[in-house]
Amino acid sequence: MDFELMANSLPKLLGATVITLKLLSVSLIIGLFIGLVFAILRLNKNIFLNKFAYGYSYVFRGTPLLVQIFIIYFGLGQIEYFRSTFLWVIFKEPYWCAIIAFALNTGAYTSEILRSAFQTINPGFIEAGKSLGISNKIIFYKIQIPIAIRQSLPAYGNEIILMMKGTSLASTVTLMDLTGVAKYIISTTFKPIEIFVVAGSIYLFMTFIIHNFIKFLEKKYSVS
Amino acid sequence: MNIFKKTIFSVLFSLLVMGSVHADKIRIGTEGAYPPWNSKDESGKLIGFEVELAWTLCRYIGQQCVIVEQDWDGMIPALIMRKFDAIMAGMSITAERQKAISFSQGYADEVASLAVMKGSSLEGLDTPAGINLTKPNAAAKKALKTLTAALAGKTVCVQTATIHQNFLDSGDVGKVNVRTYKTQDEVNLDLASGRCDAALAAAVAFSDYAEKSGKPVVLTGPTFSGGAFGNGVGVGIRKDDTELLNKFNAAINKARKNGDISRIATKWFGFDASM
Repeated sequence: MDFELMANSLPKLLGATVITLKLLSVSLIIGLFIGLVFAILRLNKNIFLNKFAYGYSYVFRGTPLLVQIFIIYFGLGQIEYFRSTFLWVIFKEPYWCAIIAFALNTGAYTSEILRSAFQTINPGFIEAGKSLGISNKIIFYKIQIPIAIRQSLPAYGNEIILMMKGTSLASTVTLMDLTGVAKYIISTTFKPIEIFVVAGSIYLFMTFIIHNFIKFLEKKYSVS
Repeated sequence: MNIFKKTIFSVLFSLLVMGSVHADKIRIGTEGAYPPWNSKDESGKLIGFEVELAWTLCRYIGQQCVIVEQDWDGMIPALIMRKFDAIMAGMSITAERQKAISFSQGYADEVASLAVMKGSSLEGLDTPAGINLTKPNAAAKKALKTLTAALAGKTVCVQTATIHQNFLDSGDVGKVNVRTYKTQDEVNLDLASGRCDAALAAAVAFSDYAEKSGKPVVLTGPTFSGGAFGNGVGVGIRKDDTELLNKFNAAINKARKNGDISRIATKWFGFDASM
């Protein structure tokens, strides 16, 4: 083990962690919004909207994230017509391609998490609201959403951690995130074990923070 | 339970036997994604200049060989960790790599070149046909200046961990926006899509892509050799494995004398790239 190399590579890897965190936070915010919209669509009685939302989550949960990011980055870039549209301004940049792929992927999982949370809400709570004469809209915002969020916290915490590790795929589309920079250092030092141990420790530390934050939220909003 | 144990033992035993059978074969690692040096045909079989040369060298060494596929960015670590015993993957002999592994004498040489899409503003740069960076002369220095001005702020794409990346990182052509890819195929795709203003690789890698894909990829600027581009392509071997190194050096001598390297190089490159 070359401990000197490990110490020397740490600042560079920590610098790259900023990109990883940026990718993670931006895609989680967009993904949460997508997830909420599609969870509501899944609960909608309109069969067309319902099937559309189901199809979206089926496709994005049923294919590997790596394939999704490749199709969005390399696949769309091959279509000449697509390159002449205004969308190309966004899709030309590897950063936005990665964000779009990650957000669509986590959005699909989040929609399922939220949907099941909505469905497990005790009907008694909604009936209690109705019997007090509260409007459906207020019941949805003040009763259903808060309970659903609380219910989905453990599963969503898992999803954040999975997504954090998923951002390492950004390096396959030329982004210099934590994994990308780790690979770059290895390409000049030829010492994969040392560098990956440091990079892995940084990922582990991020998991530790996310895990404890979710645990804190779970405690804070616990029903008992 | 007894049958279960028997099965496990027989599986473990056969694994051991298989391991020892392979022990006396020379395992040669190649990428299989850098035509015409090494690539794969439609059926997934490894082909190319180095695959054919490897079989020839093994015949001169008088030992059996297996060719193992390995991703480019893990090539040297895989050699060091004994996943195979020799690298033949269009790997140029550079001082940086020689810190980690040994190289046989060079068996072929390639020139590197920039490529752009037809109609690019970088097409038809006013530079000499080729420059050598080992001891750059006045014309070479002037060419680097021309390139520095032309490439300022441009995105240049290269395969990761290559001499081409080293050259761009060295600052010889100023500050360009370097984008790195896992394979040359991906570099070609993004050059064609317009995400890269230019790409840098072996000149033959681009002409091969232009020919096979029909895309209007053209070479521009001078061809590069020497300096960061190394001293030809050789067989990479672990530093402590001097016996194998000597065997390969002797085999390359014989193959060169008998005209095998020239013949195979001309077949795959369309010109004699041997050295």
